[in-house]
Amino acid sequence: MEGLLPDLDVIRKDFPILERTLAGGQPLVYLDSANTSQKPQIVIDTMVDHLERHNANIARAMHQLGAESTEAYEAARDKVAAFLNAPSRNEIVFTKNATEALNLLARTIELGPGDNVVITEMEHHSNIVSWQLACERAGAELRWFGLTDDGRLDLGNADQLIDEHTKVVAFTWVSNMLGTINPVADLAARARAFGALSVVDASQAAPQLPVDVQAVDCDFLVFTGHKVCGPTGIGVLWGREALLNELPPFHGGGEMIETVTMARSTYAKAPHRFEAGTPPIVEAVGLGAAVDYLGHIGLEPIHAHEQAITAYALEGLQSIPGLTVMGPVDATQRGGAISFELAEVHPHDIAQVLDSRGVAVRAGHHCAKPAHARFGVQSSTRMSSYLYTTPAEIDALVEALHHTRAYFKVG
Amino acid sequence: MSTELDNLYQEIILDHYKNPHHKGLRVPFESEVHHVNPTCGDEVTLRVHLAQGPQGTVVEDVSYDAVGCSISQASASVLTDLVIGKPVDEAMQIHQTFLELMQGKGQITPDEDVLEDGIAFAGVAKFPARVKCALLSWMAWKDATAQARTEPQGDPHV
Repeated sequence: MEGLLPDLDVIRKDFPILERTLAGGQPLVYLDSANTSQKPQIVIDTMVDHLERHNANIARAMHQLGAESTEAYEAARDKVAAFLNAPSRNEIVFTKNATEALNLLARTIELGPGDNVVITEMEHHSNIVSWQLACERAGAELRWFGLTDDGRLDLGNADQLIDEHTKVVAFTWVSNMLGTINPVADLAARARAFGALSVVDASQAAPQLPVDVQAVDCDFLVFTGHKVCGPTGIGVLWGREALLNELPPFHGGGEMIETVTMARSTYAKAPHRFEAGTPPIVEAVGLGAAVDYLGHIGLEPIHAHEQAITAYALEGLQSIPGLTVMGPVDATQRGGAISFELAEVHPHDIAQVLDSRGVAVRAGHHCAKPAHARFGVQSSTRMSSYLYTTPAEIDALVEALHHTRAYFKVG
Repeated sequence: MSTELDNLYQEIILDHYKNPHHKGLRVPFESEVHHVNPTCGDEVTLRVHLAQGPQGTVVEDVSYDAVGCSISQASASVLTDLVIGKPVDEAMQIHQTFLELMQGKGQITPDEDVLEDGIAFAGVAKFPARVKCALLSWMAWKDATAQARTEPQGDPHV
């Protein structure tokens, strides 16, 4: 199959969990990577090594371990800066996850009555609710791009949505439900034309596409560690350095200050301005190892692999009677998460039967209820592949879906 | 492996799923509630109609509209079979028995005299992710019944 990673067998050996079996001796077919990715041995080993040999608090401990730990944490920042092609390492802020990064922005970007924020109907709840809260606090208006029937952004009314009162345009790069890849550079340019800030949610893009913040030319971009082969508990906010330094602090605490008196404090510059308290040190170190690992394989080959697997999966899924794929059906226009409906079987029940055959997928609304509502469905089943996914695993999914139809006596 | 699955999806459950009993929203009713399972988005709108019988308050009708998986749909159907026509206190006892079965991690042998078709849900208790599905309509019923009982005795919604 054209486009597959050439050393797929070797890559799979990097992920120890893929060797395990489930109840009844079933091999694991992990198709839930858009939910969280599996972790390569190098990430696990790097984190264990840090805890076994270098553990200390950072930037506060005047001893050798403290220096080693600080160096490892700050090296992770350099690795992430390289991963995003960021102009400066000071532009990389470590957060708890992408949700916290989005909330940081929604909490610190100043909005007022008469202002508006523009989002899209295909956002993850984290990029909806955080802006709803911000607009409610400020008396600002929330607007959104609707979707076309084939699951793309409807840009037809872009000129009415984004105007001189728009302060923020926030949008996902790749939809976690529909898989749609959005024209992020175009949207960022539209925002800038009206003096609005652009915020890109790259949570689903960063795992599978080359992300270059300078090429996208946006103002802020967020992603989460655990979807790019890193651990949970660590996310990233990238922002233009000047903009970050204009934002007020988010959390108050240690490490984010210049000086503190009982009367008032002055604040450090980015990134430390936004990293109050002891950060997730070993998680950051693990994320550094993860983006190094992806960089070593190459995001272009990973993207090609995802596209090959996605095309194969789209073909297989659409061969199943009563199955409807949601979102674009052209693999070159989408990411590796494919949500679908199967007539007469609820997603929960599908996922349960698939699980009994070792096939792990996600069922539900995938934290994208508005996008589901747009297509008149309450929930869906989602398969999502990654760099370790094989065509044989897609075959196992398709076979298990045929079995599901038989089990529930459909058709 | 497939026996575990068959344990979960008993024939009785699949029958109730395909042909749910008492489904649809009816009048009269004293209270209506809307419950959701935030994890999966399953929803139920449920109405309770109570009436005064010779032995006290009776569950005269339970009507509902629901979207969800086979477990949640079948559970609503079984609930209505079990509580409609029963004195409220007895229905609350049945609710408690079903709740204990669901929270029993699969260690409880259900009493068919009390739970009738509800015993088919014993297998669900072994799947922690699905217990909420089975309890969605039961929790809605309890909530609606409590509201109906505290409603001032006025005219019901008709």
